Amino acid sequence: MKPVSFKYHDPRHLDEVVDLLSTLENAKLLAGGQTLMPMMNFRYLMPDHLIDLNKVEALDFLQVDGDYMSIGAMTRQRTLEFSSDMARHCPILLQALHFVGHRQTRNRGTMGGSLCHFDPAAELVNMTALLDGKLQIDSKKGAREVSIADFNQGFLTTQIAEGELLSRIRLTLPHALDGFAFVEFARRHGDFAIVACSSLMRLNAKGEIESVKIALSGLGAAPIRPHTIEANLLGHVPSNNIFIEAAHAANQIESVSDAYVSAVYRQHLARIMTYRALSQAAKCAQEKLNVR
Amino acid sequence: MNKKWVGASIKRKEDPAFLKGEGQYLDDIHMLGMLHAAFTRSPHAHAKILSIDKSKAMAVPGVKAVFLYRDLPDIVRQQTLPLLVPHPSIIKTKLPYALVNEEACYVGEPIACVVAENRYIAEDAAQLVEVEYVVLDVANDCLDALESSTHCAHLDMSNNIAAKFQINVGDTDAVFKTAPQVISERFFQHRGGPFFMECRGAIASYDKGADAYTLHVSSQGSHRIKRCMLELFDLSDDQLRVVAPDVGGGFGPKGSYYPEYANVAVAAKVLGCAVKWIEDRRENFLTTHQERDQYWDVELAVNQDAKILGLRGRLVHDNGAYVPWGIVVPWISATTVPGPYVIENFKLDVFSMYTNKIQVTSVRGAGRPQAVFAMERLMDRVAQTLGMDPAEVRRRNFIQPEQMPYNVGIIFRDGRPVTYDSGDYPACQAAALARADYLGFKARQAKAREAGKYLGLGMANAVEATGLGPYEGATVKISTTGKITVYTGAVPQGQSHKTTLAQVAADALNADPKDIQVITGDTALIGLGIGTFAARTAVTAGSSVHLAATDVAQKIKAYGAAMLSCAPEQVSINDGYVVLNSDPQQKKSFREIAVRSVGMPGFSMANGLAPGLETTSYFTPDRSTYSNGTHVVELEVDIHTGSVEILRYTVAHDCGKLINPMVVDGQIVGGIAHGIGNALLEQMVFDDQAQPVSTNFGEYLLPLSTNMPKVDMVHLETPSPLNPLGVKGAGEGGTIPAIAAIISAVENALSPFDVRISHTPISPQDLVELLGEHALGETTL
Amino acid sequence: MSDKRNITVTVNGNTYEREVDTRTTLVDFLRHDLELTGTHVGCEHGVCGACTVLVDGKSVRSCLMLAVQADEQSILTVEGLALGGQLNILQQCFQDHHSLQCGFCTSGMLMTLTEFLRDHPEPTEQEVQEVLTGNLCRCTGYLPIISATLDAARKMREGSI
Repeated sequence: MKPVSFKYHDPRHLDEVVDLLSTLENAKLLAGGQTLMPMMNFRYLMPDHLIDLNKVEALDFLQVDGDYMSIGAMTRQRTLEFSSDMARHCPILLQALHFVGHRQTRNRGTMGGSLCHFDPAAELVNMTALLDGKLQIDSKKGAREVSIADFNQGFLTTQIAEGELLSRIRLTLPHALDGFAFVEFARRHGDFAIVACSSLMRLNAKGEIESVKIALSGLGAAPIRPHTIEANLLGHVPSNNIFIEAAHAANQIESVSDAYVSAVYRQHLARIMTYRALSQAAKCAQEKLNVR
Repeated sequence: MNKKWVGASIKRKEDPAFLKGEGQYLDDIHMLGMLHAAFTRSPHAHAKILSIDKSKAMAVPGVKAVFLYRDLPDIVRQQTLPLLVPHPSIIKTKLPYALVNEEACYVGEPIACVVAENRYIAEDAAQLVEVEYVVLDVANDCLDALESSTHCAHLDMSNNIAAKFQINVGDTDAVFKTAPQVISERFFQHRGGPFFMECRGAIASYDKGADAYTLHVSSQGSHRIKRCMLELFDLSDDQLRVVAPDVGGGFGPKGSYYPEYANVAVAAKVLGCAVKWIEDRRENFLTTHQERDQYWDVELAVNQDAKILGLRGRLVHDNGAYVPWGIVVPWISATTVPGPYVIENFKLDVFSMYTNKIQVTSVRGAGRPQAVFAMERLMDRVAQTLGMDPAEVRRRNFIQPEQMPYNVGIIFRDGRPVTYDSGDYPACQAAALARADYLGFKARQAKAREAGKYLGLGMANAVEATGLGPYEGATVKISTTGKITVYTGAVPQGQSHKTTLAQVAADALNADPKDIQVITGDTALIGLGIGTFAARTAVTAGSSVHLAATDVAQKIKAYGAAMLSCAPEQVSINDGYVVLNSDPQQKKSFREIAVRSVGMPGFSMANGLAPGLETTSYFTPDRSTYSNGTHVVELEVDIHTGSVEILRYTVAHDCGKLINPMVVDGQIVGGIAHGIGNALLEQMVFDDQAQPVSTNFGEYLLPLSTNMPKVDMVHLETPSPLNPLGVKGAGEGGTIPAIAAIISAVENALSPFDVRISHTPISPQDLVELLGEHALGETTL
Repeated sequence: MSDKRNITVTVNGNTYEREVDTRTTLVDFLRHDLELTGTHVGCEHGVCGACTVLVDGKSVRSCLMLAVQADEQSILTVEGLALGGQLNILQQCFQDHHSLQCGFCTSGMLMTLTEFLRDHPEPTEQEVQEVLTGNLCRCTGYLPIISATLDAARKMREGSI
């Protein structure tokens, strides 16, 4: 399984990348290579040009800016994993990273690569959805910003058009009092999730849910932010019953079948994972409230 | 005879090289001017080839040749690959050609062989070979293939039956007429592929001056590969040398002769240089032999005391497109069913079906896991139906140790009656249950249920034919430089032969294993051989090494005594010397003796002794010798997700005397991993056009480190009476009862919900489906 | 049609200057251009881990890197572990615990564990189990690899040879 021949380009600056993208036909961007290289080795993808982004230092950064965190598209998953900023400001993402692939894949894999491949159940895609990600897409025409909710265009397909590349992602950081949880079900450790569910939950002084976010992955082509379920939880004191109700609602969300997993099973897992994520997030939120 | 080394867990001699990255696997071999092959393969499971145009492929710079069927030499074109294990039950023999002529019968069947400067270019060109196909109907599922023969795997057949046979002992039908209790069930069993980490491969080179080939193959039996190629190319013995280098796993399917080996040989002769082909992982999924589907419709008749009266049924087996191994796998399945139980009436009708999929040949366990599954699930059903303890049901039916040797009444694949030579089945089960704290399980299970957790315990017993004949030879030789070497046709793929066989020789020669080199799998160095598979090497090669080394020791003593002017009884062998017992200062080294033994030109051999310190022995076992084991599995099922976590895995295992206990333990643990894979993870998914869907390690799930529980082992040792070492085989015992024990435990965990499991593998989704509403658990409204 | 580049790579302390086809994978470069055949090819799609090497001290799947991407990098392969031909502590523990049978996955295991033990000198059994999920073994059932790793960690902490 060897890749086809291609012309290799290794630009150092973003404007070079943009230039190459605007002039070359049948070109692919090489980020961490953990997804692209297998496809090239299998000859599922046969690009004429390969643009290696690994030397474009400007795309590799992690920055906290008030309520937001900006991450360059070429920031390695490993960098996210060991970042003290991440630990302090966004520990839920660290929890999610625990499920992402393996040591070797995280050493090379990138934030942007995961988002551009957009595997339906990818943990970093789920996180971006939960944290209301804003994606900056660069091209010869300049930069445009897309909301994560609009980014997906179908199975493994994003808005990124010819001549464009994802350069940075801005995440809305959780509130200091947000309890959090990331849960998923996969066949084996490190496998792609079948269904994943993340949640941020904050309680007010009366112990009522004053804010809750849920991102559910694996049911369709993109993670779902079930706004109705989120809204129905507001104002309630966390209890088993309300989580069961929310789980039941999650179970109703339509899903897809494939050769390995049925839609019904995915929906069932959505129910279980939603229940578990909400329960854990609530417990975590309660602990934060107690500490306060 | 010295007994210092056999039985000792010495460290492996193989390890330092492997640990330093100095192993020499097939792809590590570089030869000057070597070219590389890649294949154009059928994308269809069943298709007629109308035309092939290789011109574009030929035009790629760096391509040296593109071979099609019509380009093969006459002798190769006119013959199919050989049928290695013929049997009268085979109704219609279908075998492949080295390249597809007109009809491709499985996805991946090779159509063109491209040879180029490197593999990258060869793959570029292979993509450019243009083939015009007419897609044909496929025989996809083996049961459909039997029950409706509208879709035939082969155009020239009107049905899909490759073979059919019956095992018949006693009078089953009469017994069923009057049986108080009959349990019937259908089991569907799917096993997958071997998935060794090192893919297959071969390098052929041709010496024009000698008109002879050398073939390096990552295989499990060089002599068998040689025999196939001799016939296919019509060569004489001296025209072909086959060598197995270090082999990275085999598990059965590396023992077969594959079409690619013929192609590289053809190419090497035509092009005048060495040609290498390495299977890539995608090809491995498509074209390496595997085990696959079996449908068992069986009935068990028992009395109210749970005594088995009879067993009957039908087994439908998926053979794949061709039948190179005859009916080995289904035959082994059928004859393994009775296991350790007294079953005086047993009838099984077996159908081996052609399908448009890659051939089924033995994969670790070789059809036995499926037989054990059927038998052990039936035993569990008896326990459930009669409200009895599953261990007690089994106890009541065991063949007792005093009944050994026990003739089961059926013929095994070695042509001999299945006769268990030795083994204590009740003791084995008792040992396993004790170690697993079986008696404490009910309490553990109850306590877990209070906490909303579901524990289950399952067990399975297996009896396993090992040490399969006809032989595996060994030559033990002391060179004129005093070096001790063992040559054998056995080919290790991880089984530690280079250490264990050195241990056997060391005892006979009172030497240190570190001073004994074991050379395996080279047809130029030992004349006859079969190979390493079917848990046979310790018995056959081990015994041959023992006999040959013992004979060489006698020769050494005879020569040494002659040189010391005394009688052989007055000397001993010690650490590379023959020593006079009464005066140890008087000694002769192996080197000196070896030199003396080869004689000097013009001088007669002294004392009428035969020349050389060399003996070749081919131990031919009279029949298989039977290992046995009991597995007890304790696990937890998460009823919400259907996931299974094995908490405690206990094995009691009897494989007779152990040459190296550490090695045996390693074989058992490794075998259990395969069993866990087959029970819970591994599934080759095909679509309804027999197109493989699972073609990568992301979709085909092998057990990971996180899937392995700790294993608690009890060793029993009833020596085999059938070979001088008293050993039995150990390579497959970890796998054979594992699947049954695991599934039994899962079902036990879900017994509050009346779940019945009659297929394997079982996925979390399957369990959630079987649980229905109960899977909602804590999320129930 | 082939696109070539000159690269300078340091492997196990030795520096090599070579011209490579840009589509050559790092593992093929190591194995065939440099004839360092200790690193193995098991799947070419990034799952089995047999091709694991350390690039700039970090474990990577060398079947998913191009040789050109290793330009100016420092690589450690299995051949770089045993100094002076002497097995290091981890390698010796592998032998002691019978952590290899066919040996094909072994170099990948050793490289993954070399990085892991450097970064986690006091690992728990679960941590060892989890880091090994990126490496497949079909022979040993993993248990002796885990025990060897814990033993090696202990010995390295104790500073014993």
